[in-house]
Amino acid sequence: MALSLEEVNHVATLARLALSEDEKTALAEQLSLILAYVERLNELDTGEIEPLIHILPVFNVLRKDETLPGSSQEEILANAPLVEEGQYKVPRII
Amino acid sequence: MAKEFETVIGLEVHAELKTESKIFCSCSTAFGSEPNTQVCPFCAGFPGALPVLNEKVLELAIRTGIALNCEIPEYCKFDRKNYFYPDLPAAYQISQFDQPICKNGYLEIDVDGKEKRIRINRAHMEEDAGKLVHQGDITTTPFSLVDLNRCGIGLLEIVSEPDMRSAREARAYLEKLRSILLFAGVSDCKMQEGSLRCDANVSVRPTGQKELGTRSEIKNLNSFRALERAIEYEARRHIEAIEDGEELVQETRTWDEEKQLTRSMRSKEEAHDYRYFPDPDLPPLKISREWIEEIRSQMPELPDAARERLVETYGLPHYDAAILTTTPDYLEYFDRVIRLYPDAKLVSNWMMGELNKYLNQTNREISDCLIKAENLAEMLQLIDAGTISGKMAKSVFEEMFNSGKTAPEVVREKGLVQISDEKALSDIIESIINDNPKVVEDYCNGKGKAFGFLVGQVMKATRGQANPAVVNKLLKEKLD
Repeated sequence: MALSLEEVNHVATLARLALSEDEKTALAEQLSLILAYVERLNELDTGEIEPLIHILPVFNVLRKDETLPGSSQEEILANAPLVEEGQYKVPRII
Repeated sequence: MAKEFETVIGLEVHAELKTESKIFCSCSTAFGSEPNTQVCPFCAGFPGALPVLNEKVLELAIRTGIALNCEIPEYCKFDRKNYFYPDLPAAYQISQFDQPICKNGYLEIDVDGKEKRIRINRAHMEEDAGKLVHQGDITTTPFSLVDLNRCGIGLLEIVSEPDMRSAREARAYLEKLRSILLFAGVSDCKMQEGSLRCDANVSVRPTGQKELGTRSEIKNLNSFRALERAIEYEARRHIEAIEDGEELVQETRTWDEEKQLTRSMRSKEEAHDYRYFPDPDLPPLKISREWIEEIRSQMPELPDAARERLVETYGLPHYDAAILTTTPDYLEYFDRVIRLYPDAKLVSNWMMGELNKYLNQTNREISDCLIKAENLAEMLQLIDAGTISGKMAKSVFEEMFNSGKTAPEVVREKGLVQISDEKALSDIIESIINDNPKVVEDYCNGKGKAFGFLVGQVMKATRGQANPAVVNKLLKEKLD
């Protein structure tokens, strides 16, 4: 299953990746190989098998509605490139 | 000849769930704290931190499903909705895609006495995003500030079918939904604080046409009035475009409250491709039928049942009953007054009239009202006892509302006691009769209006404090 350059472009845009033309060509090939590999699963007849939602046979992992102290404002903002008035400062995006 | 058009509306409502802690971590959900003080590595999107579902969120979602007549499937799961935005630190929102907790429900609305069922497609659990504060003017500022306190608060997104045909129906739906969520104890539903938010999908089509027209999704509708105005504006814009032969594009628009119009935010070509997939960090949910029945048996009274109760128990008109059951606090107020003063229609009139008027004027909720239910009952008893007239009661009520004083206190302080003493009124009436010989003659010649004039003169002379029933009786006796 070959991935077209447009599809690579689309996925790169969604992932906010700026790729050069060479990288796009290379990635189209590599991604096509990965898809072809996964495609092999379709050779198996899964008609009788229940779809799997989760890899573990576990349901309903829940916690009580109780609060615990989180991190301090300083800790949470420690890695932020820009901080103002106790908040992350980011370029405007609409 | 101008074509007739029909507006088609569907609403997506986000309700913040009333829990102490967030949906997937133990941070507090309290409103109005210092920015970024209710945040932990999980809700700030740090790699490696894992989510655990809050049991209460699940319970409230099931309660909502029951209240909205939904199916609650046996299994559901969480998915990741992927997009980049600064208020979403993980770059994905945990939501539910193809297996929501609730589906195929409905609620009933009432517009101009006409009942209509609005279908609900689904309701699903998800986490809220953080808050973006734009510095200065949103269109020119280079920076925004991010507060993650709200990030990770549990939400229920409730999606209607496109069953509404007018702005008023849309408003009635949102009002009814809000009442139900309040009665069910699921959300605070404070539109100003953002705990109830609404997006509207609006399209128009020539009446009779089956397929839907091109739709806009309108965001930033922060009040019932904004919802109504934005839909009216958008429908008009679509009709004008169609009549001018312009092509409409599917897009997301924002309501500009100041200019009272919608503006384009992004068109469909820029629309997101969310690449949903099951969240591997959260095991799926199995909702036992026993649990649903247990929750159902503990459901509080809901608005429709409460409305029926008011109509049947007290013989109130449907209209009154619908207004009294807008919020649980409002209904509780009525129920408390009625225990002390059993004339339901009179209580309803005072609540829908004076009480509502002053609540609206002062922008207050009934829970902060200075007139307690007991005080209103006591005031009504003073009218019955003849201590004050109905007209005087209005000014007593206003003073009670503003000062929090009881009715007897206001009456005493203002010297407002009604004059029912026949001897005292008799003297006043005598002098009014003597001062108005022409009017008395008119009355004797059968002019009904003259009588009313004389009563008015007596009321004026007593500064409104004369008991009108006694005045009527005495005046009749003296004239006839």
